[in-house]
Amino acid sequence: MADASTSAKGDLKLTNLTKSYGEFKAVDDLSLVIPEGSFFALLGPSGCGKTTTLRMIAGLEEPTSGKISIGATDITDKRPYQRPVNTVFQNYALFPHLTIFENIAFGLRRRGIKDVKEQVDKVLNLVELPHLADRKPTQLSGGQQQRIAVARAIVNRPALLLLDEPLGALDLKLRRQMQIELKWIQTEVGLTFVHVTHDQEEAMTMADTIAVMNEGRIEQMGSPAELYDNPKTAFVANFLGQSNLIEGSIVDSDGDYHVVDLHGQKAKVLKSRTHSKNNSVLYAIRPEKLRIDLDNQSRPGNRFTGGRIVDVSYIGVSTQYQVEMPWKQEIMVFEQNDDGVPPLDKGDEVTLSWEPSFSFALDGAQDATAGSEVNPEEE
Amino acid sequence: MAAVVRTSGAATSELKKKSLVPYFLLAPGLIWLALFFVAPIITLVSTATKTPGVGIGEFVQTYRWANYLDAITGSAAQFSRSFLYATIATLLALAIAYPLAYGIAFKSGKYKNILLVLVVAPFFCSFILRTIAWKQILGQNGPLFRLLLDLHIVSDTTHLTASAPAVIIGLAYNFLPFMTLPLYGSLERIDPRVLEASGDLYANAFTTFRKVTVPLSMPGVVAGTLLTFIPATGDYVNAEILGNPSTKMIGNVINAQFLNTQDYPLAASLSFILMIIISVLVMIYIRKAGTEELV
Repeated sequence: MADASTSAKGDLKLTNLTKSYGEFKAVDDLSLVIPEGSFFALLGPSGCGKTTTLRMIAGLEEPTSGKISIGATDITDKRPYQRPVNTVFQNYALFPHLTIFENIAFGLRRRGIKDVKEQVDKVLNLVELPHLADRKPTQLSGGQQQRIAVARAIVNRPALLLLDEPLGALDLKLRRQMQIELKWIQTEVGLTFVHVTHDQEEAMTMADTIAVMNEGRIEQMGSPAELYDNPKTAFVANFLGQSNLIEGSIVDSDGDYHVVDLHGQKAKVLKSRTHSKNNSVLYAIRPEKLRIDLDNQSRPGNRFTGGRIVDVSYIGVSTQYQVEMPWKQEIMVFEQNDDGVPPLDKGDEVTLSWEPSFSFALDGAQDATAGSEVNPEEE
Repeated sequence: MAAVVRTSGAATSELKKKSLVPYFLLAPGLIWLALFFVAPIITLVSTATKTPGVGIGEFVQTYRWANYLDAITGSAAQFSRSFLYATIATLLALAIAYPLAYGIAFKSGKYKNILLVLVVAPFFCSFILRTIAWKQILGQNGPLFRLLLDLHIVSDTTHLTASAPAVIIGLAYNFLPFMTLPLYGSLERIDPRVLEASGDLYANAFTTFRKVTVPLSMPGVVAGTLLTFIPATGDYVNAEILGNPSTKMIGNVINAQFLNTQDYPLAASLSFILMIIISVLVMIYIRKAGTEELV
């Protein structure tokens, strides 16, 4: 057992991993490589298969087909206790009958390590809770239990640490603090972290690489900035932040740019940021990339004319506008309140303008609302 | 400000009024306890020190405390037999009930409720009848005896009934639901993720059972063993129906003294001694098991 947990090192590799429950495929032919030492996030709405994937890696769920390996070691058929993998469970799952010290020492003792004190003390110091060693889990606050759950896992120095919505039960402020702390712990111990979450902000704050999952498949994988700035599907565009997606078709070419006709108005998009197989596209622009002006003013770049403000929400740092376009679609605009100019009013006629290189274009055959109906903050 | 003061004043007087309410609510229970628990115990204790009077069946209070000593020395064998049988029966019931409760709690799936009903189903039939049924089961024409005979474990001359094992089996059987239900309760409360966490932390199934499941089910073990041991110690029905004269338990002696011999002081002192010994044993047991440490 001790061998299994120390010998296997290296990248985690999932090959054609599938989990079916009858007809339903929770995870569908998933293949990916998670490099050793990285902080990897599996992000997606509930029911997308991210937790099932994690449980298969932990050995708590048996794959219908496919292979899981760490470095050169195939662990697909290994029992959970034979894998060099530890998990931080969603509701921590601390042992209620053991002290904090014994909770953390549990994994070490099972591997036959007699002198556990030094190692346990070290991780207790790492999570800054050395004074709680003799308490029982029920005597700890949620945030403290969360840290002990992390300590209990990392003390074993697994090849892979799995985190299953570890911050889901904490309140918003504590969650933000723990995000920074977890990231710091990961850097400190240098283990591979695989983090499952439905909270896009959480994934973006902590992970080096994010895989966005939907219906058992990976929609897109990349760094947080890559995913946000250059989504390849409508689901990713809507699930990570918000996007305005406008139906249109490519009508012309201009150097590095396609020229797109959007309900009679022309706009440009970089060819390198166009992910469509044919001329039918969803032209996409993030709300904060749009500038809003009263009709008679002009700015360089692309523009939409004929918009009318139908809703204004002033939220301090920014103002959010809903602008109805001549083709009856409402477009979201987030305007930073950095110029001291009071917000525009409902009913104002406005022009929207933006830098063409900020926009992207997606395949027009998709549902433009995919991923937007699921509210990632819920649950 | 004034408004605040006024409301807080009103609140205190309301609180004073309210503080009597709990006593009113407790009154029926307290009266019940006083009438049917405290009063009988006082009667019992005082009956125990009486001695025979002039008339037949008449006893007068002479504060003869030596009655207790006589009771203990006179029935020492039955006392120790009672505790021995009850202990073995409790262990036997635990050995049967633990896997049963474990199976219902973790492995029964959609049959959980049906199985729980089956556990308590025997209560729909009279205690006496069920005990007599064991006489049939263990009897020489019973299915169990036939099976053992075919397997050459017993011979024609062996008797399973009217023996100490029969009494113990009867005790274990009759109190099995009292063992099973608390065990089920504490096993069912165990968060399956805690068991998963144990597996994740390098414990195999057996170690997980030993280090996590068993300790977390201790409240159920303690409750179940007490609910079995206490009534089993004082039981006389099983020894009466399934036993022989040399398997008499203390319950049989008390029963005989009260109803047949009508030596009330002796019966009362035996009852009281039994109560005290059980209380002391239970206190030691709970102290040792340390249930307050558990969730």
